[in-house]
Amino acid sequence: MYKYILRRLLQMIPVLLGSTFIIFAMVFALPGDPTAGMCGERPCAPAFVAKFRQEHNLNDPLLTRYAKYMGNVAHGDLGTTFRNIKVADELKQRYPTTAKLAGMAILLETLIGVIAGVLAGIRKGKFMDNLVLVSTLFVIAIPIFVIGATLQYYLGVRWKIFPVTVSPDATVYELLLPAFVLGSASVAYVARLTRTNLVENLRADYLRTAIAKGLTRRRAIGLHALRNSLIPVVTFIGADFGGLLGGAIVTERIFNIQGVGGYLFTGIHNRDGVSVVGTVTVLVLVFLLVNLLVDLLYGVLDPRISHD
Amino acid sequence: MRGITRTVALVAGISSVALLAAACGGGNSGSTTSSSAGGKTGGAVTVRGCNPQNPLIPSNTTETCGGNVLDAITAKLVHYNPETGAPENDIADKISSTDNQNFTVTLKKGYKFSDGTEVKAHNFVDAWNYAAYGPNAQSSGYFMEPIEGFGATQCTGTGTDPCAGAGKAKSNKLTGLAVKDDYTFTIKTTEKVSNMAVRLGYSAFAPLPDSFAKDPAAYGEKPVGAGPYKLDSWTKNTEIKLSKFAGYSGKFGGKLDNITFKIYQDEEAAYNDVIANQLDVTDQVPSSAMIDDKYKTDLPDRNANKAVGVIQTITFAPTKVDPNYADPKIRQAISMAIDRPTIIKQIFNNTRKPATGWVSPVVDGYKANQCGEWCTFDAAKAKAKLAEAGGFKGGKMTLAYNADSSHKAWTEATCNSIKTSLGVDCVATPVVDFATFRTQIASRKMKGMFRTGWQMDYPSIENFLAPIFKTGASSNDGDYSNPEFDKLLNEAASQTDPAQANAKYQQAEALLANDMPSIPMWYSTATFGWSNKVTGVKITAFGTIDFSSLALK
Repeated sequence: MYKYILRRLLQMIPVLLGSTFIIFAMVFALPGDPTAGMCGERPCAPAFVAKFRQEHNLNDPLLTRYAKYMGNVAHGDLGTTFRNIKVADELKQRYPTTAKLAGMAILLETLIGVIAGVLAGIRKGKFMDNLVLVSTLFVIAIPIFVIGATLQYYLGVRWKIFPVTVSPDATVYELLLPAFVLGSASVAYVARLTRTNLVENLRADYLRTAIAKGLTRRRAIGLHALRNSLIPVVTFIGADFGGLLGGAIVTERIFNIQGVGGYLFTGIHNRDGVSVVGTVTVLVLVFLLVNLLVDLLYGVLDPRISHD
Repeated sequence: MRGITRTVALVAGISSVALLAAACGGGNSGSTTSSSAGGKTGGAVTVRGCNPQNPLIPSNTTETCGGNVLDAITAKLVHYNPETGAPENDIADKISSTDNQNFTVTLKKGYKFSDGTEVKAHNFVDAWNYAAYGPNAQSSGYFMEPIEGFGATQCTGTGTDPCAGAGKAKSNKLTGLAVKDDYTFTIKTTEKVSNMAVRLGYSAFAPLPDSFAKDPAAYGEKPVGAGPYKLDSWTKNTEIKLSKFAGYSGKFGGKLDNITFKIYQDEEAAYNDVIANQLDVTDQVPSSAMIDDKYKTDLPDRNANKAVGVIQTITFAPTKVDPNYADPKIRQAISMAIDRPTIIKQIFNNTRKPATGWVSPVVDGYKANQCGEWCTFDAAKAKAKLAEAGGFKGGKMTLAYNADSSHKAWTEATCNSIKTSLGVDCVATPVVDFATFRTQIASRKMKGMFRTGWQMDYPSIENFLAPIFKTGASSNDGDYSNPEFDKLLNEAASQTDPAQANAKYQQAEALLANDMPSIPMWYSTATFGWSNKVTGVKITAFGTIDFSSLALK
């Protein structure tokens, strides 16, 4: 078990190096000069361009720049953005907010999704099942920005139940609506995954045996069927968490949350490679760790899966 | 050209609808340019802000995000009247000249920086020298260009570091500036400048306290100005807090005690906050709220729009890059083939005004109909004009735009209009983003026609002509050159009487109609919205909030 974890951790190093290099190369390979738009429709003064290029190592070849960058990262310095703000400071301020948002979204989607999935699964073909199937289809079909803007307008602007935008403090109450919006699409997937797997497992031999042995239906479903059914759900949620961390771009913009999503978007837009690579490096790391966690959870959910 | 860069902040901004939102409002401006004045003294408001691009040094801030903050915390020699844009003396007691080339500036006594030191003549001279000196790489350093000795302060080298070796700037002082005594200094310009006083209200000309020289980086984090407000804190990406400066002795102070710029990533979020009264003022109304004037029902009696010094044009590639458009008759034919009113109605919901010349109506010296019949839609005449020029040889016309902003709709509509009227194929060509777009134009690789915009730096007719159309000027994207035009500009600059100077500038503008270096499209307006807590919201000719009249109800 520990050997397995250690092996996985070591495997992360090449993955991290490879992915950051690809991102680094892609961001800096974009056509156009980052200083071209900085002084408006008038070209920047040569001295300004020179200083800028030198400060950001733009004159070095790509590999040298990457090496310099990774050298700094090894020292814990994630570099300085084109707007002269330390990336590490930005991320320190932004990741907690986004993590809180993503965490709340995961919580909401797991809670609502699993309950809806179980209700639909045990009443297969009945009204409840159809209701869940139709409503999840509806949610999946609507783009997230439509859901976000609509809920913001009615719940925030019109009925004033939730704040319209999130303050810099990003309290749990303020994040409730954005988290719901962010998790809405995943709720549907979680519900459908749970339902399908539960329906499958309810027909399984071991469940029939359990019930034949005299277990109550409730216990048989809750302890045996559901636990096994949750494996794909956990996989999905794990992958989803990484996705939510980086993919909150739309939600963060709508609710003006000072998180990672908007930062990443602005970074790409301004060709601010340093901030993009810094953000993504942390994202990749989180993604890998969550994946490891998910793999370990398999063993907990189903003892037949072993890592030794 | 903060102006232009301010436009850039909009054009290249994250939101694709930024320009549309910021630069347009109800076409029928005039009656609703401000809410009722009055209101009580004191209190705190929040206004929409965005992320400053650079540290907040006046000579290095060329975009609106930082510019709006600096406008509130700095005082300059002159102040622009929020209603008319006309310059009024602020720190300057008098700016005098007999020949438009040698200026003597006397300062009012008692003006203080927010760190307590008094504003003296050397604070201006030092600040301007710092701005001009090449190795300091200040983005609005070129504002000092008219001052004598500017050339010697610039780096002349090429390659990766123009300031290295032989390219080093020869001097770090502008020879044209001299301190006479604590409250007097002189400015000598290389050429005659008729509108010196109008220029000096731009933030690049703000004085800097003595503490600046010790640590410019620290200053950039917490700037110190002599304006009515001082900066208390700047939380990156979140908010910038200002409070009233108790030692302010000027006459353009504000009523509020605290102003907080709340930084938004998206104008839609700011707009929704204003509707819900959670944000007090936004200077951007999203395009979705512009449709059918929705903002007027969203914010009844809480909105205003006003014409601002912004013009949208279409520029032709220089003749040596693309000879197909060299004939002025072809250019005139294309201009006549564009149905501006219909495009404005269909694409911009009537939030812009068709341009009839190259100068915005908000500035002193504006004269209507300088473009004459060439800016009036007439398909038959346009076709005849094109035939007169021998037709279009290039096969199809192209109109390039940067695709990262909302220019697709109007450029396509414009091309359609040209195609229908002239019978020549016209294609609106996207360029991936603003940076690439400007790189292609600056390196003279862009062929055909491309969109250009201009937002004034200072409210003067000269600013719409000299930087764009003078031979070799910094923003002369079409390489326009006309000796007579240049001569008229020089003559205008030497006039000491503003009316006569304006007359000369107008003559010069009239020449543009013969050559058509660019096609005037439309003038923009700014639309503001505010919460039910505030009053006295006025939009300046620059499209910014006037903090002297803003107050709580």
